[in-house]
Amino acid sequence: MNEQQFQPRIIAFCCNWCSYAGADLAGVSRLQMPPDFHVVRVMCSARVAPEWVLKALSDGVDGVMVLGCHIGDCHYISGNHRAAKRFALLKEMLSYVGIHPDRLLVEWVSASEGSKFQRLVTEFVERVRELGPSVVSSQ
Amino acid sequence: MEEIRVGVFVCHCGTNIGGVVDVPAVAEYARTLPHVAHAEHNLYSCSEEGLSSLKQGIREHRLNRVVVASCTPRTHEPLFKNACEEAGLNRYLFEFVNIREHCSWIHSQAKEAATEKAKRLIKMGVAKACLLEPQEEAESEVIPAALVIGGGIAGMAAALNLARQGLRVHLVEKEAQLGGWLRHVNRLCPTDEEAGAFIAPLVREVEEHELITLHMPATVEEVGGYVGNFTVTVGPATNLRTFDVGTIIVATGAGVLQPTGMYGYGQFPNVLTQLELEERLMTEPPEVEGAVFINCVGSRIPERPYCSRVCCMTSLKNGIQLRQRNPEAHVYVLHRDLLTYGVEFERYYRRAMEAGVRFLRYDLEHPPQVVGDGQAREVVVWDALRGRKLRLPVDLVVLTTPLIPGPDNEAISRLLKVPLGESGFFLEAHVKLRPVEFATDGVYVCGTARWPADVSESVSQAYAASSKAAIPMRAGVVTAEAITAFSDPARCMGCGTCVAVCPYGAIELQEWDADTHRFSQTGMESGARQVAHVNVVQCKGCGCCVAACPNGAMQQRGFTDLQVLRMIEVCAAG
Repeated sequence: MNEQQFQPRIIAFCCNWCSYAGADLAGVSRLQMPPDFHVVRVMCSARVAPEWVLKALSDGVDGVMVLGCHIGDCHYISGNHRAAKRFALLKEMLSYVGIHPDRLLVEWVSASEGSKFQRLVTEFVERVRELGPSVVSSQ
Repeated sequence: MEEIRVGVFVCHCGTNIGGVVDVPAVAEYARTLPHVAHAEHNLYSCSEEGLSSLKQGIREHRLNRVVVASCTPRTHEPLFKNACEEAGLNRYLFEFVNIREHCSWIHSQAKEAATEKAKRLIKMGVAKACLLEPQEEAESEVIPAALVIGGGIAGMAAALNLARQGLRVHLVEKEAQLGGWLRHVNRLCPTDEEAGAFIAPLVREVEEHELITLHMPATVEEVGGYVGNFTVTVGPATNLRTFDVGTIIVATGAGVLQPTGMYGYGQFPNVLTQLELEERLMTEPPEVEGAVFINCVGSRIPERPYCSRVCCMTSLKNGIQLRQRNPEAHVYVLHRDLLTYGVEFERYYRRAMEAGVRFLRYDLEHPPQVVGDGQAREVVVWDALRGRKLRLPVDLVVLTTPLIPGPDNEAISRLLKVPLGESGFFLEAHVKLRPVEFATDGVYVCGTARWPADVSESVSQAYAASSKAAIPMRAGVVTAEAITAFSDPARCMGCGTCVAVCPYGAIELQEWDADTHRFSQTGMESGARQVAHVNVVQCKGCGCCVAACPNGAMQQRGFTDLQVLRMIEVCAAG
C-alpha cells in the first residue's frame, strides 16, 4: 500500500460525560478533522478493557484512542485514575509484543474542549499514518 | 430463540447530515447488513413524523432491535427510547449511532469519506444492536427536598419557587446575609428602582418561610448519592450538618473582575469600578463635573474573549445617574460596541442619550489612556469614528469590568461532578435542548453561575431550574438507567478485585449456593462459595469493575464485552 493513500482505521473510546461531550462540541463547532476515527461510547474510561485495545490492534485497527475526563473531574470519582494506570501498563506491554506503543493514545478531554478533541484526533491520525498500517491490517 | 430483526432509521437532519452524507445510499447499505429487516431514511427522525414512522416500522416489520443513525445520544436518546417503548419494544433494544456530530459536521469537505464512515458506524451499531437484551429499570424514591447553593437573586427565586409549591429547601449561602451582589448595587435598569428595595421582600420571605432552612454563613463540604437521594454535608468545619435532598440547584453567582493595574486603577483614587461607583451612589454620591466610563475593561480580549452582557446597561444606568445629579456634568461612555438588546434596553439607550450621556467608540489598537498626577485628570482617547484624538478632563473614571466565574466554581464542579465551560462558568447539558440542567440527573444551574445575566434573566432561569427540579420531587420516584454491572456466579472466582475497585461500595462478596442458584441468606451452606454481588441501586454504571474482572464474570448492561468486541471486529473488518 502506498503511504500517501494509507487511510488508517482508528477507534476512539470516549466516556459519556466528558470526552464524548467534547467530541459533540467539536461537531457543533464544525471543527474539521480526518474521517479515519470511529467513536465508541462507554460510560467511563475505566470501562475500557485492555482486551478491547488488544482485540482492536490484533484485528487490524491501526490505532486506539482512550479518552476520559480530566484527572480529578471523573464523573465516577476515580475511574480515570484506573484507566490511567491500566493503559500506562498496557503501553509498556505493547512494545514487548511488537506493537508500537504510539498506536495507543490515552488522553483527557473535558466537555468544553472541542478544539482539544480536534487536535488530538488530527495529531493521532497523523502519527498513525507515520507508523503505517499495523502488521495485521497490512496483510 | 427469537429471530433478530433490526430496523435502521437514518436521519437527514435536514441538510445537516443529508448535505454531506449520501443518506439514501447509507440506508440502502444498511438494508444489506445481517439481521436488518428494514431500513429507511427520514428528513428529521426526531420530528413527530419521523417518530411515528419509527413506531410504524417497528410494528409493520416486527422489529425487535432499533438503530437510529442521527445526532448525539446525549440529547436525543430518551426521545427515541420512548418511541420504541410506545411501539411495545423494550427501550434497551435501541442503539444510537452518531453520524452528525461525529461525522457529517466534522467531515463536511469529505463527502465520500463521510458517507463511508457513516456506513461503517451504522454497521458497528447494528452489530451491537443484535446483542442487546431487554432490561428493567430499578425505581428509587425521591426525597421531596432540594439543596439550593447560593442566596443571591437566582438562589432566592429558586428556593421560593420550590417552597411555595410545598417542597422543603435547604438554602446554603457562604456570606452572612442573603442578597448576593444586589446588596452592593444602587439601582436596577431599565426601571431604575432601588436594588435594596427590590430584594428586601424576597429576603424577608426566604428568611420567614417555614419550608426553607437557611444555612448561613455556610459552604457545601460534601455531596454523595444520586438524583432523588443526595446526602449533603455543609460546614464550617466547626459546625458540620448533614441532610438528604432529592435535587440540587447551583446558583452560586459570579465574581466581578478587579482591574488591578489597568487604566490607573489602584494608582489614582478617583478611578473606580462600576461596582464601587454603585456603592458610592448609595452612601456618598460623588459630585462630578467630568466623568468617563471605559467599557469592556478586561473583557472581549484574547485571555477573556466573552462579552459579559450586563456591563453596557450598567454604564448607561450609572451615566444617567450622574447626569441626573449634575445636569452640567460631562459624562462620556467609551465603548467598543454597545449591547442594548431587546426593546426595553434599546429604549433605555435612547433615554441615556436624551439625558446627555455621550458615547465614543474606541478600538483595541488605540485603548484610552488615563493621565494624572496623584488624581486622574484627563482621559485621552482616539475617537474611532471621527478619526482624531480627544482629551476629556475628568474628576471621575469608571471602569466597566465583566462578571467572571465565581471563585468556588472549580470546587463545586468537583463536588457535584458537573462540568465547567471553556470560560469557567458552569456548562449545562445543552444550550437549547436541556437548558439549566446538567447532564447529571437531578442537578440544575441558574443565574450568573451559568453565564453573565441580568436580574430578570436570573429570575427566569431560577424559575426554569426550580420547575425542572420539582418534576422528580413531585413524581416521587425516578428510574435509574439500566446500565448497571452484574456478575455471572458461574464464572466468578470470588477474588474481590471488583469490590476493591468500585468507587461506590456497590459490590460485596456473598455466599452463592450453586445448587439452588441463590445468594445464601443464612451464611455458609454446603456447596456455597463467595461470589460478587452488585447492589443495583448503588451501582452507577461506570463499568470499572467489568474491565477489572480477571475472569470475564462481571459485565455491564448495555456495554457488555461481547457487544463492544463485536463493534471492534466490524470496524476492523470493513
